[in-house]
Amino acid sequence: MDDRTFSRRRFLIGTALPAAALGMGLSAPAAVEAQTAPALMGPEPVDVMLQVNGRAYPLKVEPRVTLLDALRERLGLTGSKKGCDQGQCGACTVLVDGRRVNACLTLAVATEGKQVTTVEGLARGGRLHPVQQAFIDNDAFQCGYCTPGQICSAVGLIAEGRAGSDAQIRESMSGNICRCGAYTNIVRAVNAAARA
Amino acid sequence: MRPFSYARARTEQDAFSTLAQTARGAYLAGGTNLIDLIKLEVAKPDAVIDINALPLAAIETTPSGELRIGALARMSDTADHPALRSAAPAISQALNLSASAQLRNMATIGGNVLQRTRCVYFRDISQPCNKRRPGSGCSAIGGDDRKMAILGANDRCIAVHPSDFAVAMLLVDATIHLRGPAGERTVPFLGFHRLPDDPSRDTNIQPGELITALTFMPSALTRSSTYIKVRDRASYEFALVSVAAALEVTGGTIRDARIGLGGVAHAPWRSREAEAVLIGKVPSRDLFTAAAEAGLQAAVPQRLNRFKIRMAKNAMIRALTSVGMPA
Ligand SMILES: Cc1cc2nc3c(=O)[nH]c(=O)nc-3n(C[C@H](O)[C@H](O)[C@H](O)COP(=O)(O)OP(=O)(O)OC[C@H]3O[C@@H](n4cnc5c(N)ncnc54)[C@H](O)[C@@H]3O)c2cc1C
Ligand code: SF4
Ligand code: FES
Ligand code: FES
Repeated sequence: MDDRTFSRRRFLIGTALPAAALGMGLSAPAAVEAQTAPALMGPEPVDVMLQVNGRAYPLKVEPRVTLLDALRERLGLTGSKKGCDQGQCGACTVLVDGRRVNACLTLAVATEGKQVTTVEGLARGGRLHPVQQAFIDNDAFQCGYCTPGQICSAVGLIAEGRAGSDAQIRESMSGNICRCGAYTNIVRAVNAAARA
Repeated sequence: MRPFSYARARTEQDAFSTLAQTARGAYLAGGTNLIDLIKLEVAKPDAVIDINALPLAAIETTPSGELRIGALARMSDTADHPALRSAAPAISQALNLSASAQLRNMATIGGNVLQRTRCVYFRDISQPCNKRRPGSGCSAIGGDDRKMAILGANDRCIAVHPSDFAVAMLLVDATIHLRGPAGERTVPFLGFHRLPDDPSRDTNIQPGELITALTFMPSALTRSSTYIKVRDRASYEFALVSVAAALEVTGGTIRDARIGLGGVAHAPWRSREAEAVLIGKVPSRDLFTAAAEAGLQAAVPQRLNRFKIRMAKNAMIRALTSVGMPA
């Protein structure tokens, strides 16, 4: 555990690099790749550049590492939660290129070149995202474990235009299980945010 | 999770040649089934070949009027496609009743057709399973068989195919387009999924082949179709039983009929027996009941799922009523 804490902290310091240095890392492998058949990478750690919450993170990860584990264990973004690790609960929901997905079934290497948004990336300039604010205003959580996934899912739902009625919200939020049963207020919050 | 290597294919040829360099490589589409099974160690690829960069995601109407769904079209984009919704409402409905919004954003049509059974013993590597380890036995027989098959099963495997989409596809005489290192071929959707004569094989796909697209010609029959799914909870759950039904009714008479059943067999199940009862007759409650009886006549329940027979009949009557005698 000490090891991990140490490396994460060191990593976070390491990522505070100027954006120009990160940009260089992107172009070099892309140029080589265009010429030849795709080489098999790994199973040892491979270089990937993740774009998370508007920031570029160069990482070395094994191809088997999921986006969820990369976010939580490597980037220290622990807002996205691991409930089932099997696509059955929605606690890991994040947005990839604006669409809600399960980070536990997504490989980190496969998200290269895509924009990942987690619950940590929703607030703007010190103001909570309207969905986050609506969850607070409507008391839409109890223990809070499912909440980051619920919020990311609701952001996706509203963008999809599926907040037409309570019934539609309930159906479209069904991929997010709440063990505490806060569903009534979750529906209320999504409704409020959609009409904000 | 066991380690594996990774490659991103840019062309189909890339995919074939990269796969050929591996011992047990697997194509990666949405990953919602493959990554899950790798974690469970049910799937043990030494490499995954990411096919998401291949240009196979389009949903389009071809010059001849066929609807063409690219294998990499996401379930969500397919479900909401206006041309598909009018060509075959049952297919849109089946997709929208599948999995969750998140999973539908990830999962592809090709992957959906090829997804493996949700049999709990298949997914638990500590248990014998003829599908996972041929010859080891079937743990579901005499075990928890509540969700298992009532049609077409045998003493080797009683698993059911989990896809909703595949059941609705039975209504439309679809064609599957495949491409492999040896070239292209097309096969009818009907018959692509197998009964459990050899439970280790779910479908007739050949090693290394890619599904590139599914096509079908919309017709009066396919446009008049619906999908009904019955499950343990209202959403985000696989079917206990499902029914896809299409009826072409002209001048008060049923000219053509198609019935698909889900959650009942190792393959999406077409009920020709129910269809035969319907064709040429005038829609009525009694007729639909007779069709449902005929469709489930061959059903053999497991210990814990006799209820599925009644459930399937009722779902069939409901589906037929909604397309054949709309209120
Ligand atoms: C919690 C949960 C609930 C679900 N509920 C439902 C439900 O209610 N109804 C339902 O129908 N489904 C349901 N699903 C299943 C889901 O729809 C499938 O997992 C999904 O459709 C698979 O598609 P994919 O693109 O993610 O496939 P992948 O996981 O990427 O691939 C699946 C398999 O197909 C192969 N493959 C993929 N694409 C191709 C191709 N083009 N050519 C050749 N081989 C290919 C892969 O190698 C792999 O073997 C559920 C899944 C989960 C996790
Ligand atoms: S029903 Fe089929 S998949 Fe399930 S344990 Fe038996 S052989 Fe395996
Ligand atoms: S942790 Fe991803 S769905 Fe449960
Ligand atoms: S608030 Fe506790 S699980 Fe949802």
